[in-house]
Amino acid sequence: MGIEGIGARVARKEDKRFVTGLGRYVDDMVVPGMKYAVFVRSPHAHAAIRSIDTSAAKTMPGVIGVLTGPELKSDGIGNLICGWMIHSKDGSPMKMGAWSPLATDKVRYVGDAVAIVVAESRSLARDAAEAVAVEYDELPAVTDAVKALEAGAPQIHPEAANNLIYDWELGDAAATDQAIAGAAHVTRMRIVNNRLIPNAIEPRAALGHYNPAEDHFTLWTTSQNPHVARLVMSAFYNVAPENKLRVIAPDVGGGFGSKIYIYPEEVVCLWASKRTGVPVKWVADRTESFLCDAHGRDHVTEVAMAFDTDNRVVGLKVDTIANFGAYMSLFSSCVPTYLYATLLSGQYAFPHIHCNVRAVYTNTAPVDAYRGAGRPEATYVLERVMETAARELGMSPAELRRRNFIREFPHQTPVIMNYDGGDYEASLNAAMQAADYAGFPARREEAKRRGKLRGIGMSCYIEACGLAPSQAVGSLGAGVGLWESAEVRVNAAGTIEVLTGSHSHGQGHETTFAQVVADRLGLPLDQVSIVHGDTDKVQMGMGTYGSRSGAVGISAIVKALDKVETKAKKIAAHLLEADEGDIVIENGEVKVAGTDRSLPWFQVALAAYTAHNLPAGMEPGLKETAFYDPTNFTFPAGCYICEVEIDPETGVTEIVQFVAADDFGTIINPLIVEGQVHGGITQGVGQALLEGCVYDPTSGQLVTASYMDYTMPRAADVPSFKVSTTSTPSPSNPLGIKGCGEAGAIGSPPAVINAITDAIGNNDLTMPATPQRVWAALRKAQ
Amino acid sequence: MYQTTYHRPSSVAEAVRMLGEAADGKFLGGGQTLIPTMKQRLAAPSDVIDLRHIAELKGITVSGRDVRIGAGTTHEEVANHSGLAAVCPAICYLAGHIGDPHVRHMGTIGGSISNNDPAADYPSAMLALNAMIHTSKRALSADEFFTGLFGTALDEDEIVTAVSFTAPEKAGYAKFPNPASRYALTGVFVAKRPEGVRVAVTGAGEDGVFRATAIENALSRSFEPSVLDGIAMPADGLMSDIHASAEYRANLIVVMAKRAVQAANG
Repeated sequence: MGIEGIGARVARKEDKRFVTGLGRYVDDMVVPGMKYAVFVRSPHAHAAIRSIDTSAAKTMPGVIGVLTGPELKSDGIGNLICGWMIHSKDGSPMKMGAWSPLATDKVRYVGDAVAIVVAESRSLARDAAEAVAVEYDELPAVTDAVKALEAGAPQIHPEAANNLIYDWELGDAAATDQAIAGAAHVTRMRIVNNRLIPNAIEPRAALGHYNPAEDHFTLWTTSQNPHVARLVMSAFYNVAPENKLRVIAPDVGGGFGSKIYIYPEEVVCLWASKRTGVPVKWVADRTESFLCDAHGRDHVTEVAMAFDTDNRVVGLKVDTIANFGAYMSLFSSCVPTYLYATLLSGQYAFPHIHCNVRAVYTNTAPVDAYRGAGRPEATYVLERVMETAARELGMSPAELRRRNFIREFPHQTPVIMNYDGGDYEASLNAAMQAADYAGFPARREEAKRRGKLRGIGMSCYIEACGLAPSQAVGSLGAGVGLWESAEVRVNAAGTIEVLTGSHSHGQGHETTFAQVVADRLGLPLDQVSIVHGDTDKVQMGMGTYGSRSGAVGISAIVKALDKVETKAKKIAAHLLEADEGDIVIENGEVKVAGTDRSLPWFQVALAAYTAHNLPAGMEPGLKETAFYDPTNFTFPAGCYICEVEIDPETGVTEIVQFVAADDFGTIINPLIVEGQVHGGITQGVGQALLEGCVYDPTSGQLVTASYMDYTMPRAADVPSFKVSTTSTPSPSNPLGIKGCGEAGAIGSPPAVINAITDAIGNNDLTMPATPQRVWAALRKAQ
Repeated sequence: MYQTTYHRPSSVAEAVRMLGEAADGKFLGGGQTLIPTMKQRLAAPSDVIDLRHIAELKGITVSGRDVRIGAGTTHEEVANHSGLAAVCPAICYLAGHIGDPHVRHMGTIGGSISNNDPAADYPSAMLALNAMIHTSKRALSADEFFTGLFGTALDEDEIVTAVSFTAPEKAGYAKFPNPASRYALTGVFVAKRPEGVRVAVTGAGEDGVFRATAIENALSRSFEPSVLDGIAMPADGLMSDIHASAEYRANLIVVMAKRAVQAANG
């Protein structure tokens, strides 16, 4: 490894512009003639629209246009779709209700968009939005997924009887039931995975610009995947053909999944630009972010874990109800199915697993993937029930896990996944050692003397990243392939631009991706630039989510680099009159191995472009494109140990130690990886202790609609983490990368809750474990 | 924010006159409640009369144990005033734990008590310290001044100009912050004075700040946290919301009172 190559702790190249305020976000974009949009939104959770009267609003000062759903429909703009088909266990396709970008007949959650106002300023647009008169007939609302399935519940979409989108299963029900019936011990729990609101630091924004001279649209948007946005808007929403639609996602301030999806606003801004003849910019205010960004999690699960007399798991049965909100968001359907049930084997050799999932409409914001997406839910179920079982069986939680670990690879689980490698014992041992697990009883005694209750909890997680082999996901219902593409463009003087279909919205790709290229060619990092986020520049791409940019995005770059290197060697061999097989590239030089004959890298590049002396028949230029389709998921795994102290008088939990031992395979930049783990754990701690989305069950109003009531984690809420890594490189991609972006958020919640329940002696505790809840649980335990 | 007309008076008298001339005017103290409310379009005053540039509302004077704090004094100024810290450090501690640095550099004591948010910190200190609230018209005791949830004895055109109190022998403040907003979920200010102990609770009461007489009586016997062992506050009349039930707040009142006494005793 060089000082800037693979494995080097290089400070992020992009941070200079971010920390000096020179980043360029959608709201920084200015197009001549640009005007401002405000959406009229439903104040009701469920209501029929009787009429929409825009006449007063249209006469307000500065108003350029007020547009509604019927006009959108008359222009042929399509409904928003969910791009992953799931079939119920009876074979019927999922029941997708219509989602018009602007509601026409009915509103289904507080915040549902009804009309758009375009005006000279945001303030004038807002004034006019208040003058749009919408007559509603209010309907009863339901926000809780369990209640939405009950007889007599309000019916949200005519397509989905009883609000049921699908009733899906994975695994062998009969074999699992039989294993449970004959088990020596069964641990049963009801587990709620609390609903979360993403809260990216940059609110969503869209700037739509229609150019009538060229009949061409440009959209600047806060997207994690601009090419997917273009594809979906072109193929399904009828906004414009792909060659007439350019999508640019410039600097984007965080996504965590919430910026994967195509929302109504960007579709409507594009359409409204054509309708009004002006570029239309919309920037969400924070309240809109709370109300309308796709939320995360929201599962209710019954689980049974069955053991034989040796305390080996013989069967796991999981029955989950997943709240989908009012509409099926773009990837919502795959989250509680193929990203959830497939991970229920965890790090363990379970012979039988059965998982049933019912997806349910409610009068709440749409729910979709949020950092971890299905895998945090699976890990929380599994690791809480495993810890609980250890307590019931009187066995150490570490020992029970150890006894059930998978030790041979490849390992075929009963729930689709084929694990290609890992060493779970290594991360467990590393975490226990770093946490001084053996010294815990003494620390507990010492805390007791100070009047504090100390507890320890662990979580051994696995996740599937590197989404995903296209053929495999296609067979499971995905509407897209999940490859990635890269172009490595060597300039005539030897500097390099890499065009990637991955998108960085905080991950540091401009640094890590450049490190891979610099490492390969021995060039300084500043000679490599990363280009992303523009469909006119980058050939194609599937974007960034599911911890895929390293495992898939970098693999595409490596594949393109292979081609560049092959051609460069051919040119050098020709110029140096050597055999191609003897050429090596090292430290910025192209050499004949074992001789002093060499060319600087830039001369080879220059030769490719002057084309004065190339091998016979060779095309000029040095630029290659590659598409990489993964051969398998990657399987990052690790062990997290959390230690807490509870103030019994107030129920306040302090995390006094948090240890993470992760296996991410090959690491490009440890500094960035540690940052991802810190951020992920902080989000997981947020879910475990602080964040809980609350809707009023009767009115359907969002109670936690601002930071006055929705608690985001702050720096003081987390300790200084002890993070470390073990490494078993992934055998499924060229560099052995597994992915690190979501692990912290996946692995940490059960570790935190296991520690608290250990401290208070009451396992009946739901997230977020607020002081009030811990205090109440403690009183019940006493 | 709706359109509004901004005024910058340089005296209390001018401010009162400007309000009288406005159709639906509002005084602006530090703006930590009014401005966000206006930005959300939940308040739409025709005129905003900014009190932040009135010299007579500024400053802290301490003579002997007599303290006077101008209504326009920011939380940051109270938190860091050495003369005040010498006679009543508890109020400096309280001010230093309001909101965040941005809030503390803008928000004022006059604005805070005039708004009388049920979760604001200052009302508890005013009540426990038996402070006098001086206004453009009169002077009232804190007992008279706070009249319920967001309620005060102020007339529409009346401006708080200062608060004054005699520094107690000992005082302490303990706050359990709302995890999200960091307002007081329950805050207790205790003051030991020659005439007795006064204990005021903010953040918990359905009618805003109130005195906890059972705790006052116990602490008047002995100003030690241990005398509160076994005292249970009734949950009746306490707020219940997603962050804390009335029962939890009742518990917190006793716990925070103990911690406030502990802080007061040093």
